[in-house]
Amino acid sequence: MQRIGVFICHCGTNIAGTVDVKAVAEALSHEAGVVFSTDYQYMCSESGQQLMREAIREHRLTGIVVGSCSPRMHEATFRKAAAAEGLNSYMVEIANLREHVSWIHKDMKEATEKAIILGRAAIAKVHLNAPLQAGESPVTKRALVIGGGIAGIQTALDIAEAGFEVDIVEKSPTIGGKMAQLDKTFPTLDCAACILTPKMVDAAQHEKITIYAYSELEAVKGYIGNFKAQIRRKARFVDETKCTGCGICTEKCPMKKAPNEFNMGFDKRGAVYIPFAQAVPKVATIDADYCLMLKNGKCGICSKVCGAGAIDYKQQDEIIEREYGAIVAATGFNPIDAKVYGEYGYGTCPDVVTSLELERLMNAAGPTNGTLLRPSDKEHPHTVVFVQCVGSRCTETDERGKPYCSKICCMYTAKHAMLIREKYPDTDVYVFYIDVRTPGKNFDEFYRRAVEQYGVHYIKGMVGKVTQNGKQLRVQASDLLAGEQLHINADLVVLATAIEPDKTARSIGTMLTASMDTNDFFTEAHPKLRPVESPTAGIFLSGVCQGPKDIPETVSQASACAAKVIGVLAKDKLTCNPCVASSDELLCNGCSSCEKVCPYGAITYTDKEFRGPNRTTLIRRVASVNPAVCQGCGACTVACPSGAMDLKGFTNKQIMAEVDAICK
Amino acid sequence: MKFSYYPGCTLKTKGKDLDRYGRLCAEALGFTLQELPDWQCCGAVYPMAKDEIATKLSAVRALVSTRDAGEELVTLCSACHNVIKQVNNDMKTDADIALRVNNYLGLETPYHGETNVLHYLEVLRDRVGFDNIKAAVKNPLTGRKIAAYYGCLLLRPGKVMQFDDPENPTILEDFIRAIGAQPVAWGMRNECCGGYVAVEDKTQAQKRSGIVMEDAASNGADTVITACPLCLYNLQKNGGSTLPVVYFTELLAEALGVK
Repeated sequence: MQRIGVFICHCGTNIAGTVDVKAVAEALSHEAGVVFSTDYQYMCSESGQQLMREAIREHRLTGIVVGSCSPRMHEATFRKAAAAEGLNSYMVEIANLREHVSWIHKDMKEATEKAIILGRAAIAKVHLNAPLQAGESPVTKRALVIGGGIAGIQTALDIAEAGFEVDIVEKSPTIGGKMAQLDKTFPTLDCAACILTPKMVDAAQHEKITIYAYSELEAVKGYIGNFKAQIRRKARFVDETKCTGCGICTEKCPMKKAPNEFNMGFDKRGAVYIPFAQAVPKVATIDADYCLMLKNGKCGICSKVCGAGAIDYKQQDEIIEREYGAIVAATGFNPIDAKVYGEYGYGTCPDVVTSLELERLMNAAGPTNGTLLRPSDKEHPHTVVFVQCVGSRCTETDERGKPYCSKICCMYTAKHAMLIREKYPDTDVYVFYIDVRTPGKNFDEFYRRAVEQYGVHYIKGMVGKVTQNGKQLRVQASDLLAGEQLHINADLVVLATAIEPDKTARSIGTMLTASMDTNDFFTEAHPKLRPVESPTAGIFLSGVCQGPKDIPETVSQASACAAKVIGVLAKDKLTCNPCVASSDELLCNGCSSCEKVCPYGAITYTDKEFRGPNRTTLIRRVASVNPAVCQGCGACTVACPSGAMDLKGFTNKQIMAEVDAICK
Repeated sequence: MKFSYYPGCTLKTKGKDLDRYGRLCAEALGFTLQELPDWQCCGAVYPMAKDEIATKLSAVRALVSTRDAGEELVTLCSACHNVIKQVNNDMKTDADIALRVNNYLGLETPYHGETNVLHYLEVLRDRVGFDNIKAAVKNPLTGRKIAAYYGCLLLRPGKVMQFDDPENPTILEDFIRAIGAQPVAWGMRNECCGGYVAVEDKTQAQKRSGIVMEDAASNGADTVITACPLCLYNLQKNGGSTLPVVYFTELLAEALGVK
């Protein structure tokens, strides 16, 4: 028989205002096993905890029930107090008399009755509680960052600065991501490359950082502190250790028909290429889809001109295996394909471009050397129309788009409009918008400058149709404030296309068993209080893969993410949650139901020997739970048809005892 | 190939050419259009009101006759096609409308949108095939520059009509190529002609049709084709242009040598 102490908290008037706390303490004192019952104004205060500790000593308590606020608030506090007196932390139960009783009831009689019932349920559970010991697991002091955009770079740099090894895996030939393609950044208008490329160099030169560019994550196993990842290093057909990045192969390559992805396909590159001048690592890559040597076995010019002898047409993909303590998803985004919106003429009219394409058309290192020229005839446009929310904020009936706000478009469109007016004052600029959303430091001021100082025409209303009209584009739109239809003859139309998570995010999320929402953004452990952690322990989120973000927000999140990773790597051992599932091998029939529902991959099957009748030996397939990976969600205990799975601290017996006490 | 055929009122009066050439071409191409014996007006404008069913009944009657004949229903007039196809979709997807219509009609077998509704152009594309039409052409319209005018009713609402991409359709252009002519690339091909507004406010219809005809002309078209009698009326009377506007069936008849 347990010796149970009951402690009812007033929480000032929070509980005591609606619940007769003295009556609750009195009623519960008569329950079986209760040897001490009292109430106090603030149980969580220093003196409240003291009162509990003294009672444990004096009455030799073996179990505690606290009637107070939610266990999310103070369970840890009371467990600590009990542990200080040598009582196992898991012998403490909370009856939630605030969120579940006083805050949601008005009638004192009713509330008091419910409080007593909840107290009884907690007492019934404590009777069956057993002391639990948290286990420990070691930590591999190295982190993996998936994605080498600004988010991944910042996270990696911060982790490395704290003294831990970091590997960056980037699928394209260079790190830098989308930010490397941008021209200027809002709201300060500093050049993106000027602030990004030094960070790329820092990452490359940092002794703690290893960059695996042109590589992809192949498989991940393990759990927090002990991940094992396979990384596919795709064949570049160039030896990274020998290539000096001189670029002579890219000049001499006779095949000049490959679309240049970095310039959004506005110009062509060779089959062997370096994406841009500041690429990191600065080594050439051969595009197997275009290389004449790899396709037909005829050419080999790059190999002949390479002074370093780095070209290797026989290179193969290589799979390497590394161990990590923590993994960061920084997989980033892409604009949606604007072709799905046929009404805007993208794909049929050459002078309809996306905002990311405009970045290249305005960038000094872009295909037009920074002079704004229309793609069709390389003329300077005199009327430019911007269309906002292309594919963002769509209602359910529009399956082509996304339901969410892409968040960055209002600001970059204001930036584009302002830069065009600044450089070419003879150009008329129109922006069609649903709402202008500019929260952020110096953001609204920036937008107003575009309107007030630069005379950009902001029109509330959407564009309905863009068609080719001779050399120009006819833009049909509505002005909702004036209540009229507009027809504008434009030279260039720019679509602010919605952004969506990179296509690889879904498969990476599956590998990491990290949950995602319906839009394929990674889900955070708590939307407000744990925004950079995935619900899966040891997986962290950096940048747009978690939700739309601009650069400053991405960088802050990336650093926050790094801080969380450092928190894991700094420990030599991790304490595990002892409330994990365990399987009774004698009941388990090896059906795999639990393995299928486990969202964390914590359950594996082993063939085990059992003693059969008449001294025989049987081999049966039984489930075993890895306590370091199990998060104690309890899904397996419900799925198990034979009742073999049970959750420590929340056993079926304990829960049934609570239900019985409530129904008594 | 035999289909049930719904001509509609306009094709018996103002739009006789659309109907006449359509039948001639069907014969030439080897499919039969069996006119429904008891067809009534389709309802003329798709009734969007959710709370009344009277305007949907005549369309349902045509759909039921076709089902009972065990055939598919072919239409030619864009407006009739739009109304019948949308009503059919209501019968298929809106349990409330289907229940009330069936209760009212008291059919032996209740109707739930089983009939497949095809536009004549869909028969040409999906059943006859443009390649076979090309082979059957006797007088290819070589050198002619034709502007395909879709209007709104053939294509929208896209999810219900499922006729072609409502923003970038290709069916009429493919048809023009099949009869040996050259399709004109132009932007206003799926804009509204002004529709029934012409009855109340002629200037609006003139504005809409004017934009369409001007765009067709400036892109070098010598003829505009349509599948809609109302579009044809507006473009001819209110378009303010001398550019000829004809039904697509007329050009097809010309190419097949049956005109």
